[in-house]
Amino acid sequence: MRRAAIVAREINPTAVLGSVHSLQFGAVSMFLGTVRDLNDGRPVSSIEYSAYVSMAEAEMDQILAESEEKFGVRAIVVEHRVGLLELGEVSIAIATAHQHRRPALDATRFVIDEIKARVPIWKLERYADGTSDWVDPTKSDEAALP
Amino acid sequence: MSAVTVQLFASCAEFFGSPTLQISVSAGSTVGDLIAALRARPGAEFLPPSLRIAVNRKFAAPDQLVGPDDEVALIPPVAGG
Repeated sequence: MRRAAIVAREINPTAVLGSVHSLQFGAVSMFLGTVRDLNDGRPVSSIEYSAYVSMAEAEMDQILAESEEKFGVRAIVVEHRVGLLELGEVSIAIATAHQHRRPALDATRFVIDEIKARVPIWKLERYADGTSDWVDPTKSDEAALP
Repeated sequence: MSAVTVQLFASCAEFFGSPTLQISVSAGSTVGDLIAALRARPGAEFLPPSLRIAVNRKFAAPDQLVGPDDEVALIPPVAGG
């Protein structure tokens, strides 16, 4: 089970988890990215995500294939949302299942790190003061954060 | 001479005021040539310093050849997650 999708609807984390879970796996790992209320000290009101959808889905699928190869996971799903997201909404869900915890956890971290580095998705942050900015991780320390 | 259609996204689409741009290419034109041509266009002064080109939905090296039949996109710094 391997699935990578850009979606324009709300992400349902329970459904994403359910799509990887099976009796053969003793470990299911999930990462959720959510819209937070502050970035670089500026109060955020919402984020508009956009993507080069066909390439983003192909690149995410490639990352999942690499995680299968690297960590031996056989059930891995990612959904990334596009459109206008309010504070607290889920922008990305990654679920990974394996017989054991460590490969599941390692694969999940690998997938989110690679998505941040190489999948063509962008965010326009809208601030409480009415201004907005394209987020560019190459300009800040964000990319270096653990 | 022929032209490639370059798809623009996010900040690049905003700065050029369009979702696509036509760039002239000749036999032997590379991804590096394309980036140089894009940087010479009006509006390019606002582009982020770090830009990548995707050819047929894959990131391309500066020396990769590019022609009118390729699907080409200008990729500003990505910020998914």
